[in-house]
Amino acid sequence: MHIEIDRDVCIGAGQCALTAPNVFTQDDDGYSMLLPGRADGGGDPLVRDAARACPVGAITVTDEPA
Amino acid sequence: MTELSEPVAFPQDRGCPYHPPAGYDPLRASRPLARVTLYDGRTAWLVTGHALARDLLVDPRLSSNRTRAGFPITTPRFAKVRDRKAALLGVDDPEHRTQRRMMIPSFTLKRATALRPSIQRIVDDLLDRMIAQGPPAELVGAFALPVPSMVICALLGVPYADHEFFEEQSRRLLRGPTAEVTQDARDRLEEYLGDLIDRKRAEPGDGLLDELVEQHAREGTPDRDELIALAIILLIAGHETTANMISLGTYTLLQHPERLAELRADPSLLPAAVEELLRMLSIADGLLRLATEDVEVAGATIRAGDAVVFSTSVINRDTDVYPGPDTLDWRRPARHHVAFGFGIHQCLGQNLARTELEIALAALFERLPTLRLAAPADEIPFKPGDTIQGMLELPVTW
Repeated sequence: MHIEIDRDVCIGAGQCALTAPNVFTQDDDGYSMLLPGRADGGGDPLVRDAARACPVGAITVTDEPA
Repeated sequence: MTELSEPVAFPQDRGCPYHPPAGYDPLRASRPLARVTLYDGRTAWLVTGHALARDLLVDPRLSSNRTRAGFPITTPRFAKVRDRKAALLGVDDPEHRTQRRMMIPSFTLKRATALRPSIQRIVDDLLDRMIAQGPPAELVGAFALPVPSMVICALLGVPYADHEFFEEQSRRLLRGPTAEVTQDARDRLEEYLGDLIDRKRAEPGDGLLDELVEQHAREGTPDRDELIALAIILLIAGHETTANMISLGTYTLLQHPERLAELRADPSLLPAAVEELLRMLSIADGLLRLATEDVEVAGATIRAGDAVVFSTSVINRDTDVYPGPDTLDWRRPARHHVAFGFGIHQCLGQNLARTELEIALAALFERLPTLRLAAPADEIPFKPGDTIQGMLELPVTW
C-alpha cells in the first residue's frame, strides 16, 4: 500500500487523523501529514476509511509498494 | 434513477425535532435527486442520495457565492443580507482557500484536544451553578448555549461579558422574523466586531481575532471588512450550531432511555454516539449552491443557473449507506455522514464541536443521573424548519 497526500488540496479538516490516528496527523499549519514511517499505511485497516473521510479527496491510496 | 416526483415544498417544519418532516417522505423515496419548491415559488434540485451528495459537494461547478445573481435563498429573511459578502461558507475558491488557510491552525484535532481541560472546566462550572439553583432548569439558557458561547469567546478573544448582546443578535440574524430584523442584527454585529477589532489593535489579547489583527498589521491582509466578516461567521457558527446539538441531543437521548443506558454503561461508546447523533439530528438541513455550468448527474441535467439544495437529514438517512436509518444505533458506522457538509466548505469547527459535545453530554448525564424532561415531550417548543434545527427551550428536572 502507498499513501499520497495532496497538500495543495488539503483543507486541514483533520478527518484523516481522526479516522486513522496511527497513520495520519496534522502539522502545525493544520495540513495532513503521514506519521514517520507510515507511507505504506503500516497495515492499518482504517487507511482507506480515512481517505474516504477526506472531504476534498486529498488522499490517494494505491496497492503498489512505495 | 426513478422518475422525479412532483416538487415538494422545502424547507418544512419538523413534526418531531429529531426526524425529518413527514412532508419529506416523497423526497426520501426519490433518490438520488428530487425537485423542491422554495418559498418564492422557485423550483430547485434537492440532492437526496449520499453518494451523489459527496460528488456534488466537491464539484466546483456548484458555487457557494451568495452574492451571485440567482443564488437561492430559502427564506425571505435573507433577502436583505444576500448582497453582503459572507466569509468562508459564502465564497468560492480561491478566495475561500485563502480565508480557510488562515483559520485551520486554530481548529485542528490537536487544538481541540488541547482545549479539553478548559472546556471541561466551563461545563463543570455551569453544571455546578445549575445544580445549586435547581431543579428545575431551562437547559438551553443554563447549559446548551453558554457552553459553546464561552468556548468560542475564549478561542476568538471576544469578551464573554458581551454574550447577551451577540447571542441575541445571532438569534435575530438567523431567525428574524423579518428581513429588516435580520439586516439590523447583521449591522449591529458588524459594528460590534469592528469596534472590538479596532480596540485589539491598541490592546492585543491572545485570541484568534488578535492573531488576525496582528497578521493584518504585518501583511495588510485580511482587511478590516474581511476580518469582520470572518469574525461574524466564526462567532455565530461557533455557538449557535453546537448549542442546538447539545439541546436537541439531550432531548433525543432522554427520548431514547435504552440508548442512554447503553451510553452510561459503556462511556467508550461516546464518540460513536456523537457521530450517530450528528447523523440523526442533521441540524443544518439545507445547504445551498448555484450551478454555474451544466452538470450531468444521475440521468438528469442540472443547468447553469439552477438552484441546488442538499438536505442533510434526507442524505443522512440514505438506506444504501445507513440501513434502518430512523433508528438511533451507537454500533452502526455513522461516520461519513454529511452533517458537517462535505467538500471545501465542510465545517471548520467540527473537531471542536465533537469535543464540546462529548464533554458536555458526558458531564450532564453523569452529574444528573436522574435528568428528565420537566414538561410533556411533545409540548416542548423547537425551531422552525427554515433555520438551524434545535430546541427553543428545554425544561428539565432531576
